[in-house]
Amino acid sequence: MDLLWLVPTFPLLGSLILLVTQGKLARWPTAIVGAGSVGLAALTTLVIGLDFYNAGAVPFDQTLWTWMSVGQFTPTVGLYLDGLSLVMMGVITGVGFLIHLYATGYMWEEDGYSRFFSYMNLFVFAMLMLVMGDNLLVLFLGWEGVGLCSYLLIGFFHTEPENGYAARKAFVVTRVGDTAMALGLFLLFREIGTLEIQASLEGARAAWPDGSMYCTVIALLFLGGAVGKSAQVPLQTWLPDAMAGPTPVSALIHAATMVTAGVYLIARMHDLYVLSPYAQLAVAVVGLVTLVIASFTALTQTDIKRVLAYSTMSQIGYMFMALGVGAWSAAIFHLMTHAFFKALLFLASGSVILALHHEQDMFKMGGLWKKLPVPFWSMLIGSMALAALPLTSGFFSKDAILLTSFDYEFAGTAFWAAAVFAAFLTALYTTRMMLITFFGAMQTEPHDQSHINMWGPLVILAALAIGGGWFGFSAVASVLPDGGLGEQDHTSMIALATMAAPLLGILFGYLIFGNKRIKVDGLVASKVGDATRRFWFSGWAFDWVYDAVFVKPFIWLARINKRDVVDFLFTATAGIARGVHHVIALTQSGRLRWYAANMAAGLLIVLLIALEVL
Amino acid sequence: MNLLAFIGLLLGGGVLAWVSERINPNAPRWIGLVTFAAAGAWLLGVWLGTPDGATGYASQTISWIPRFGINVDLAMDGLSLMLVALTLFLGIIAIVSSWSEVEENTGFFQFNILWVMAGVVGVFTAFDLFLFFFCWEVMLIPMYFLIAIWGHENKSYAAMKFFLFTQISGLLMLFAILALVYFNYAATGVITFSYDALLGAELDDDIEFYLMLGFFVAFLVKLPGVPFHTWLPDAHTQAPTAGSVILAGILLKTGAYGMIRFVVPLFPEAAQDFGWTAMLLGTISIIYGGYMAYSQSDFKRLVAYSSVAHMGFVLLGVFAFNELGTQGAIVTMIAHGFSTAALFMMAGALQQRLHTREMSQMGGLWVRAPRMGAMAMFFVIASVGMPGLGNFIGEFLVLFGAFQTDVVLTAVAALGLVVAAVYGLSLMQRTFQGTPNPEIATMPDFGFREMSVMILMLIALVWIGVYPQHVLDMSAPVVQALVGGAP
Repeated sequence: MDLLWLVPTFPLLGSLILLVTQGKLARWPTAIVGAGSVGLAALTTLVIGLDFYNAGAVPFDQTLWTWMSVGQFTPTVGLYLDGLSLVMMGVITGVGFLIHLYATGYMWEEDGYSRFFSYMNLFVFAMLMLVMGDNLLVLFLGWEGVGLCSYLLIGFFHTEPENGYAARKAFVVTRVGDTAMALGLFLLFREIGTLEIQASLEGARAAWPDGSMYCTVIALLFLGGAVGKSAQVPLQTWLPDAMAGPTPVSALIHAATMVTAGVYLIARMHDLYVLSPYAQLAVAVVGLVTLVIASFTALTQTDIKRVLAYSTMSQIGYMFMALGVGAWSAAIFHLMTHAFFKALLFLASGSVILALHHEQDMFKMGGLWKKLPVPFWSMLIGSMALAALPLTSGFFSKDAILLTSFDYEFAGTAFWAAAVFAAFLTALYTTRMMLITFFGAMQTEPHDQSHINMWGPLVILAALAIGGGWFGFSAVASVLPDGGLGEQDHTSMIALATMAAPLLGILFGYLIFGNKRIKVDGLVASKVGDATRRFWFSGWAFDWVYDAVFVKPFIWLARINKRDVVDFLFTATAGIARGVHHVIALTQSGRLRWYAANMAAGLLIVLLIALEVL
Repeated sequence: MNLLAFIGLLLGGGVLAWVSERINPNAPRWIGLVTFAAAGAWLLGVWLGTPDGATGYASQTISWIPRFGINVDLAMDGLSLMLVALTLFLGIIAIVSSWSEVEENTGFFQFNILWVMAGVVGVFTAFDLFLFFFCWEVMLIPMYFLIAIWGHENKSYAAMKFFLFTQISGLLMLFAILALVYFNYAATGVITFSYDALLGAELDDDIEFYLMLGFFVAFLVKLPGVPFHTWLPDAHTQAPTAGSVILAGILLKTGAYGMIRFVVPLFPEAAQDFGWTAMLLGTISIIYGGYMAYSQSDFKRLVAYSSVAHMGFVLLGVFAFNELGTQGAIVTMIAHGFSTAALFMMAGALQQRLHTREMSQMGGLWVRAPRMGAMAMFFVIASVGMPGLGNFIGEFLVLFGAFQTDVVLTAVAALGLVVAAVYGLSLMQRTFQGTPNPEIATMPDFGFREMSVMILMLIALVWIGVYPQHVLDMSAPVVQALVGGAP
């Protein structure tokens, strides 16, 4: 376990090597450094993980150095290993390695091959710091670091202005959340006196009674950070645009790992939420609202990556809801299974997109299932897990969340019902996506160009998406207390309804989009139907509102005040001085009579004053 | 260490550089470079030669005008040492960055650079108020020449504006100094300009307040803080690259230094009472400066306004009156010196290549010059406050400290992090990213000379970001004396 520091070091080294060589390395060595560094990190994680469980799963802390020391403020740079960070490390390096491997093929034809992998490696490093940091400031370093890499990679094709805007949007919107989180750090430090995660949680438990105000405020500020990074309402708007990045980026950063950082943060700090039931309720509500909104939105999208983006948003909504209702382990469980099947879905869709020469519109696909067997079967398996069909990994984790939510003290039944309805929607839009993409008439002739480095990861991820539920269960069961993974004691009706919702969704999906037995064209064409469709399509008009309320006034004010109104204070002073100068200069006319008259008048006035007449 | 000789070295180097132009137009550059390098080596020797734990590195007192109690009283503690080191480093940067830009009157140009820096070193080491004021003026005039002679299209306006702002605020400070000496004389019967003697001056509350204000305004103009910031964008835009590097990297720091060295220790109670207002001005500077940065379309003006925002953090930190805030302010001063100098160098390099600073004429430059793009990205990211780099340490310590003093102002100031992201990324987008401008078919990338100084500054920022303790330890005695052990 002393090798812990090696795990983030490998990808950091990989990134530095690729940066320093400035793209002068050939493609092969670049690919080997890029994917290999993450592979080594994964291997090290595996060794450490075995070691950790053999030694009795005792948390392990490795302090590297004291970052800075100012009075009482002495944050250290240290790494912390426990069940939770191990699961996260496994996902990041394991799934991360598969995605890197895939990317070596996917990006082969692109310029900036080495730049791409240096950013990707840097991302893995930052994400590892985020989950391994034993101090909230180190966590924050990782937190900002992944944001930076996300920005760099969304804008990877930087000559396209839209990509640049999408990248900036992602960075700025998440920074709003980060600012909330920073304030949470300040308050936590002021009240508890340390940012060491374990010590601060201990301090919080000792210092604060249940429902304490400070605790609630801190928990809510952290939630603010979490919703930004994890694309939850109200800071979710950046995620769909983030799909401008290359597809492996979407798979790694905007599906499997970075967007789950918020889930990790809340799980890591869950003692605070236990102390503050209202903050925890807020987490659940955020999750549920996002879940429902995103599901409806996914139903209307035409771009395959945007469908997946909205489904990511909604699945993270499930995780937030799980955290909110106290199903801590179930949330992490879903995080893990979601990483498997969503990475699979993105990579498979990437293969489809590549085969169609970067076509992302589903309605220009169709009929591809015979031509692209590996992507098709991968996508099918991923979709089954996403829809939570029984026996797939997604089923176990989602089922645990839904059943725990039923027992939640605040309106558990309502949470359960809404979440089950969303599960129905999930199956519905997933079916729609599969049917439109792979069945029906072929619109574009595909050119399958995948090699083993591309379909290999798909096969492994597909196996994980199916089987991840079994071993994953034991991996996360003991990570957090009270996890919602124990024996569920529900009436069979509830359990059955929970299980049946996805099946119904598939059935309806087939009837609507497959053999069109249920006609919805008339409904969609009607005035109300069309308005609703457009409303959903736009992601419930959040972008429109933010644009009108924040962006446009901001830009407008910037434009009219470009010259800086404050400077007017000084230029006006100068102007007045100059004006007075001109007026007085007029009196200097050079005419003797005028001077004499003035002198006489002046003399007269002075005399009158002296004589106290005036 | 003989500080007077040290300053004399810079002054002498300046004269030599001026004269040497007759021999060869290239000679002044080398003389300037060698002078700074020699001074740097000297400083390094002093630093290494001082045993650990010592708080002072050098001090020297020579009688100057004994009748008025004026001495040449020079001393160097940790804070002064760091700032002098930064001065010398940026002196080298300034010379290197204008190596091929300034072709006329190279001798006088180098003379001015060396003399500004000599004045700055004097400001950072003077412990006699009269001498301090003297050096304050010494650094002003060569700077005026740098802008007025080698500046761009609107140089005389900018130079005059810079001169008037600084001169009028300097006058305020002179009044305050004289009044302070007078009131101290009235109380003790001794005329003295000595910093240490005046530290203990007993003043009426009202008088203390107005004297404090005199110093405060002078330093606020220099910092600059809202509402006295408007000279900065003009001066920066019009100044040659070396001028901008010196201005942003060092001259602004003299204002911050003055706050820490004079305003707070000389007038502790008045400063404390005024603290909230000062923090408010800092917060406004952060938000308004950042916002104005976003509004600009001129690369240099954008960076200039971003300096206003960064210096707002310094103000906020100093007037938080605790160790965290003040240390944060000092780290911000150092880190901002590197990050902004690099960005101004970038602006200068772009202007030299494209003959414009207008960002609407740029776009897509990464394709043409990837090394410049990567460097621009790094320094933008640093100034946006990415953890692991120097500016983050400074700004976060400031915010941690300010939060203990005033929650509301800190919360507003923290929004500056978002604003910084807005203007920083928009700078990148408008220059290096986006559709390549077809009118710029080729653009030479950074060469060895430019890359090497960029990488030096990069290393400095990473160093401060990863292990800021060297800086913090250096300034710790000064800061602890200042805040009296408040955390």
